Amino acid sequence: MKKLLAMLLSLVMVLSFAACSGEKATNGSDDAAKDAASDFKVGFIFLHDENSTYDKNFIDAALAAADSMGLSDDQIMFKKNIDESSACYDAAADLADAGCDLVFADSFGHEDFMIQAAKEYPDVIFCHATGTKAHTEKLDNFYNAFASIYEGRYLAGVAAGLKINDMIANGQFTADKAKMGYVGAYPYAEVKSGLTSFFLGARSVCPTVTMDVKYTNSWFDIAAEKETANALIADGCILISQHADSEGAPKACEEAGVPNVAYNLDTREWGPNTALVSSKINWQPYFEHIIDAAMNGTKIEQDFCKGLADDVVQIIGLNDAVAAPGTAEKLEEVKAQLISGEIKVFDTATFTVDGKTLDSYEADVDSDENFESDTQVVSDGYFHESEYRSAPYFDIDIDGITTK
Amino acid sequence: MAKQNNSHTVHEPLMQVSKRKSMEWYKSWLVRIAAVVIALVICGFVINFLTGLDPISVYKEMFEGNFGTERRFWIMLKELAMLLCVSLAVTPAFKMRFWNIGAEGQSLAGALACAACMIYLGNKLPQGLLILVMVVSSVLVGLVWAVIPAFFKAKFNTNETLFTLMMNYIATQLVSFCIVFWENPKNSNTVGIINSDSMMGWLPSLGGQKYALCVLVVAVLTVAMYIYLRYSKQGYEISVVGESQNTARYVGINVKKVIIRTMAISGALCGIAGFLIVSGVDHTITTTTIGGLGFTAIMVSWLAKFNPVIMVLTSFIIVFLECGASQIATAFDFNHSVADILTGIILFFIIGSEFFVNYQIKIHKRHKEA
Repeated sequence: MKKLLAMLLSLVMVLSFAACSGEKATNGSDDAAKDAASDFKVGFIFLHDENSTYDKNFIDAALAAADSMGLSDDQIMFKKNIDESSACYDAAADLADAGCDLVFADSFGHEDFMIQAAKEYPDVIFCHATGTKAHTEKLDNFYNAFASIYEGRYLAGVAAGLKINDMIANGQFTADKAKMGYVGAYPYAEVKSGLTSFFLGARSVCPTVTMDVKYTNSWFDIAAEKETANALIADGCILISQHADSEGAPKACEEAGVPNVAYNLDTREWGPNTALVSSKINWQPYFEHIIDAAMNGTKIEQDFCKGLADDVVQIIGLNDAVAAPGTAEKLEEVKAQLISGEIKVFDTATFTVDGKTLDSYEADVDSDENFESDTQVVSDGYFHESEYRSAPYFDIDIDGITTK
Repeated sequence: MAKQNNSHTVHEPLMQVSKRKSMEWYKSWLVRIAAVVIALVICGFVINFLTGLDPISVYKEMFEGNFGTERRFWIMLKELAMLLCVSLAVTPAFKMRFWNIGAEGQSLAGALACAACMIYLGNKLPQGLLILVMVVSSVLVGLVWAVIPAFFKAKFNTNETLFTLMMNYIATQLVSFCIVFWENPKNSNTVGIINSDSMMGWLPSLGGQKYALCVLVVAVLTVAMYIYLRYSKQGYEISVVGESQNTARYVGINVKKVIIRTMAISGALCGIAGFLIVSGVDHTITTTTIGGLGFTAIMVSWLAKFNPVIMVLTSFIIVFLECGASQIATAFDFNHSVADILTGIILFFIIGSEFFVNYQIKIHKRHKEA
């Protein structure tokens, strides 16, 4: 009886395999029958899935862009949870094999593997966010992108400064105790540029504010981010912001009742009583740009970097229950000044380095093995962030910010 | 297990489990195949319940993920080779009943040595010599990483499970430490592809396939390990020590020497795995370069009952499920967890089937009701 059952079951398996191969053949001819216009395909590679705020921001934008560009479901392919290893090359090459005309990857460590794939598939366009090498590799089919997120961080900083002023006015603490805390991932230029612009925004409205920074040495570590936020709060920080991808810090702030400024996600759900505001990169315009360019054979910007003016950098989730009165109006006003150029985020008149004004700074814009500084980025009285390449290169420790 | 039969005054267990003496090979394989089929049927219901999709189309995509294109086939072979290499490495130690759960760290230490050679000697040595230096240093470092716990086990009878586990953490931290010096660009915490322009220290491709050489090396190692364990005197010593250390001592085997020598082989093979991953596949180093292979390898080795040839099959099953899982995640935009659930169910049945191969269950016929 048992033997009979086993044989019956194995027969079922053999038959199901046979059924598979049959279906495969019909599927293939379907593909061939498609006309050229709907033949366009775009593939996306994500480091994590929707559980990471960083990747969710990209995934949502990709879906929105596909929708607005009229792409059908089988014209977009997602590969999620792709490590920053040869797995990225394998994924990119597999997408190219599957007929993608355009492949995008979202994480910094994917870059080298995307370049490897780009060299192998000259007919496919490869785009990569946060990378630094497009302008030095000079490939015809490899492009970098980022956003002037420092403008958004600055605005979020203004909201934080107003909140601190409000708390001082309410007698919660005195002006000399106004210390913010910042949970950073790595002491990398992208993070430093973000935290410095946030700080400068806050100080533009609250002159006595200082800031402590602690790094978790991970882009995504819920426990470490929560711990670090708690440590900063215990150290006397009265407002927390972060550059790390999990819900760790916002939740720690909600538990401690400390205002929190988030990144890339509206966190009011996690912190109804403490989430203040969030700055975010809206990738939808970029995705529309590259999809449109790849479809019509037009040029893609080698180093795409846009900001508030083009709605690529946004301020979201302003929480009226937490924010100081008049914050929304003030943000509109500063936003207009940033767009017009009246305010420069890294205006050298607004900060000092070791007590001195920054007159000149050679940044390492062109990646090379010796990290040699190569480009003068201070001129006309401000630090020209993201102008010589899209990825940030402001990596200076300014006075008023203490790294713990 | 022993459910009482209440309907009769004579209390006799309904089921009785006893160890089988042996089972004909074809019967045991029928049991295993049946387990896979039942697992697939149950997965089918789960798929349908969770996603409303037709399970056959999901299985078809799994198959496509492994064999759909030439590239996918080679990626599958590469993954198989890497898992098999680490599995071969842990096998002699486990056969000796030395609980080496440090293959992850031993491979990572080997990988680190390999990456260091590529970075520091990349523009100093000619390609052939460089690769030779990389192999030797990876093997040596992997070997040292394994011999340290073996030495303490042999001399002081320390607990090898804890010791090898701790060596894993040390290896991971050592890699984090080195990344600080090697990261490019600064403070980014990534090393990036090493020697991406000169390709120094990269394993050459064979017949246009960049993973072919890795696959070939592991194929040779598989045969060598089979012969070593089955036909060599040392292989026999390993089985005797594994069965009973006292017997081994009685017949005059130097147990300490065998422990250290066997772990040296384990570690050296892990070193080779680390070398293949860095030089042949990734061309970079991170703390997760080995990606858990050191632990999966233990399952592969045990499922195959330490037979290197059967390990080709067991590692294939695991790699097939993994490659298939990522393909169905892409094709149907599943959350990766759905694919993991399916993999879990299938592995559960495969491992569970070994129970029915090793034990028989006697079900007593009910006595007639009074």
